[in-house]
Amino acid sequence: MKLDPATLERLKQKIAVYREFLKNWLEPSNLAQLRPKLEFQTGVLAGFALIASVLLGVTNCSTEGTIQRRLDEDLIKSLEEVVPSALYDNDMLLDTVNIPSAEYNIGANETTVYIAKKSGNVSAVCFKFIAPDGYSGAINMIMGIDRDGNILGVRVLSHKETPGLGDKIEVAKSDWILNFVGRSLDNLAPAKWAVKKDGGEFDQFSGATITPRKSVQAIYRGLQLFKAHQAQLINP
Amino acid sequence: MFLSETYRKIASDGIWNNNIVFGQNLALCPLLAVTGTATNGLGMGLATLVVIIASNGLISVARHLIPSEIRIPIFVLLIASLVTLVDILMNAWAHELYKVLGLFIALIVTNCALLGRAEAFASKQPVKHALWDGLMMGLGFTLVLVALGAAREIIASGTLFANASLLLGESFRFLEVTVIPHYKGFLLMALPPGGFIMLAFIIVGKRLIDQKLVQSKVQAVVLSQAITE
Repeated sequence: MKLDPATLERLKQKIAVYREFLKNWLEPSNLAQLRPKLEFQTGVLAGFALIASVLLGVTNCSTEGTIQRRLDEDLIKSLEEVVPSALYDNDMLLDTVNIPSAEYNIGANETTVYIAKKSGNVSAVCFKFIAPDGYSGAINMIMGIDRDGNILGVRVLSHKETPGLGDKIEVAKSDWILNFVGRSLDNLAPAKWAVKKDGGEFDQFSGATITPRKSVQAIYRGLQLFKAHQAQLINP
Repeated sequence: MFLSETYRKIASDGIWNNNIVFGQNLALCPLLAVTGTATNGLGMGLATLVVIIASNGLISVARHLIPSEIRIPIFVLLIASLVTLVDILMNAWAHELYKVLGLFIALIVTNCALLGRAEAFASKQPVKHALWDGLMMGLGFTLVLVALGAAREIIASGTLFANASLLLGESFRFLEVTVIPHYKGFLLMALPPGGFIMLAFIIVGKRLIDQKLVQSKVQAVVLSQAITE
């Protein structure tokens, strides 16, 4: 569409009028007169709410995909920590099986198990689980188990344990969590799945016994969950 | 001095005289919750700094529009949306930083200091002053958080700025110091009660310094009067 000069000129004048009006309206002295009026107050509050919700909505919609990708990257990173890359060549995020886990007290009624496959054969599985009874709240963990039930690796994803004491369950703070590599229900008797204070196999931390105790117990329950579904998981 | 009188007054108020924690005794909830280590204190301080500058600026821009009868809901609305925006954007575009700071961002909403600055300063002052006030108040708050975090961390576990490299990047690893090697640890200081106790000591320290300053000023006046007489 092409505008002829006359229309363009009229449009410019109109815009100038509106700008002039807006400028006068936004003058502090004018606003000071308007502020006590109820209609103005309602309008301002509604206006701010509208702007805020539009801004938040647009931002949320435009970043949703990016945030999901970031979360996926995080998940892949933690999967890679507990399953050696030599063991799989598939996309574990897409190869999942959901199994019921309500009776194992690992924080969820259903657990998503990520299946690691090497040339089509299941080599290992990996799942997130929770120790719901840590010293100050839930301890979120992830564990990789090979097809025979040996632990490939365990990591703590997040926790609220006491900094400097209970946080030695993090691999960044101490290598305590690496003691689980190679353990399984077969090569360690049930009574040994406990901290040394309770007659078990694993160290407690000085000043913090509950955190490692509950972590060991949750890992043990996780292994039991795997064992109960082993056949289904490794022979899909 | 390159700063005019007003700006210097705002700066000294924000950092020392009317500091959010020392002067106004605000924001104690996030303060005690996150100052287990100096690094956490720094993270919370920086996050608050950004949000308080933005909220002060926004509220000052809109100050003529906001009727005093409904100012509080509007301030709360603005601050809450701002915090949520920062939260979402950081999660998407600065995800590594978000994993460290994310916990603190949401806590900023509960920080009454922001509302306090909006009400007491930004809603009555020109934008430039409001931005400067936000910067200075944020800096003052960060200083207290880092000081409290450092004191608690040293006493609780004998280290200083542990895990600073996770927050600021590998190049800041030099900040991580073990102050007391082979330290057994003092649990109380890592827990919230330790925060209260240490905060009390720091506030007392600030008041003592203020007293000393006043005394030396009085002495100087007395001395100069004695000389002129």
